Amino acid sequence: MMIVFYIAAVIAVAATVMTITLTHAVHALLYLIVSLLAVAVIFYTLGAPFAAALEAITYAGAIMVLFVFVVMMLNLGEAAVEQERRWLDRRMWGGPALLAAALLAELVYTFAFGIGPGGPSGGGVSPHAVGAALFGPYLLAVEIAGFLLLAGLVGAYHLGRRRTDAEE
Amino acid sequence: MTTAIWLHIANVFGILIAVVGASALLTWIERRMLGLWQDRYGPNRAGPFGILQVLADMLKLFAKDDWTPPFADRAVFIIAPAIIMVVILLAFAVIPITPAIGIVDMNIGLLFFLAMTSLSVYSVVLGGWASNNKYSLLGGLRSAAQMISYEVFMALALAGVVMLTGTFNLREIVNAQSGLWFVVPQFFGFLVFSIAGIAEAHRLPFDLPEAENELIAGYHTEYSGMKFGMFFVGEYASIILISAMIVVLFFGGWHGPWLPPIVWFLIKLTFFVGLFILLRAALPRPRYDQLMAYGWKFMLPLALLNLVVTGAVTLAFFNG
Repeated sequence: MMIVFYIAAVIAVAATVMTITLTHAVHALLYLIVSLLAVAVIFYTLGAPFAAALEAITYAGAIMVLFVFVVMMLNLGEAAVEQERRWLDRRMWGGPALLAAALLAELVYTFAFGIGPGGPSGGGVSPHAVGAALFGPYLLAVEIAGFLLLAGLVGAYHLGRRRTDAEE
Repeated sequence: MTTAIWLHIANVFGILIAVVGASALLTWIERRMLGLWQDRYGPNRAGPFGILQVLADMLKLFAKDDWTPPFADRAVFIIAPAIIMVVILLAFAVIPITPAIGIVDMNIGLLFFLAMTSLSVYSVVLGGWASNNKYSLLGGLRSAAQMISYEVFMALALAGVVMLTGTFNLREIVNAQSGLWFVVPQFFGFLVFSIAGIAEAHRLPFDLPEAENELIAGYHTEYSGMKFGMFFVGEYASIILISAMIVVLFFGGWHGPWLPPIVWFLIKLTFFVGLFILLRAALPRPRYDQLMAYGWKFMLPLALLNLVVTGAVTLAFFNG
C-alpha cells in the first residue's frame, strides 16, 4: 500500500506541475484531471474510500468536465497559447515558489519531528463516519455550503433567464 | 501459485473477454433485431443467421486506414476513444455476477461505478474537441451537458437503494434482495435510473451527441478504423454495464428459483439489453432543449420525491 501511495503522490505532483507549466489550456486541464484522480488514489490508500470516490465523482467527473466545457467553447487558438507563454516568464515564478517553499519547509518539519495525526497506516474512515460527522458536529457548515450553492443557482437562473416582451 | 489466485485471474480475464465479446456480438444482434422490428431481414448473409457479420465488420475496421486528421489535436484525439473502453471495463470490476464470480468486493462499489460512468463523459467531450470540426464540437458540447445533467438523477435514484440497505457494497445490496427485489419499493428509482442510464450510454432516444441528421455523426465524425471501433464497442459495453447495474440494484442480481445463479443473472441481463434495443426501434429522437427540460423539470423532481418518501418510510418503520 505504501508503494501505491508514493506512486500516486509522484503522479499527483508531476501532473500538477504540468498543469501549471503547460501553455495549452485543454492539455493543462487534462493534467489537472490526472492529478485529481491521483489524489483520489491517495485518499483510498490513506483509508478514506468515501472521500476517494467523491473526489473522483465530483472533482474529476463533474467540475472538471465543466472546466473543459467552458474552455472548449472559448475556442482558444495559437494566440492564446502564445499569450500564456508570455505570462509564464521567469519573474512570475518568484511569489508562488516562495509560498511553495514555505509549505515544503512545514512538511519537512512535521516529518522530521514526527508531528501530526499518524502515518498512512491509520484506520479506515467509513461512509457512515463521514455522514455522521457531516450531519453531526459540522451540520452548520453543511447548511452554509447549501446556502451558497442555492445563491449560485438563483444567480445563474437570473442571468440565464429569457426576458419576455412585457419586461423590455 | 495457489488455486485461489488462478481462480481470480480466470475471473478477471473471463469477465473481460465475455464483456468485449458480448459487446461486439451486440452490434450484430442489434442490427438483426432492428431489422425484425422494422419488417426487414438485417445482415443475414455471413454464416448461420449472419452471425459472422461481426467478424467481417471487425476485419473491415482493422483493414481501414487509421487516419488522424492533420488539423486534429493528435494526443487528445488518440486518447479519447481509449478512455471510454478503459472506464467502462473498469466499472465491470465491481459488478457481482454470482456469489463466486466478480472481480473485487469493494465497500464503495456503487460509488466506484458512479465515478467511472462520470469519467466516461471525457471520451466523448475530448473526442469532439480534438477533432477540430464544428459538428464534432457541437456533439461534444451536447454530450457534456447531457451527461452531467443525467448523472445527477442517476446518483439520486440510487440513493434510495442505499438508504434501504445502508451500504454501498453491491454484493450486500444483492443479498438484501433475496426476499423482495428493490424494483418494488424503489420503482421510481428504477425508472429514473434506467432513463438516466440510457442517457449516460447516449443511446437513442438520447443520442443527440451523434444525431446524424444534424451533426453528421457528432463527436466521432473524424474517427476511422479501430479508433471508431473503440467508440462503437465502448457504447455497447456501456449498454451491458447499465443493464447489469439495473439487474444488480433493482432485480435481485443472481437471485432466482431453481436455475443456477449465473443463468438467472444472464436471463435478466439479456432482457434489459433487449429492452435497450427495442427502445431504439420504438422511440424518435427528441429536440435538444426538450431533452434538457425533461431531465431537469421531470426527472429531478421525481428523483428527489422518491428520495424524500424513501427516507421518510425508512425513518418511520425501520429505525430500530
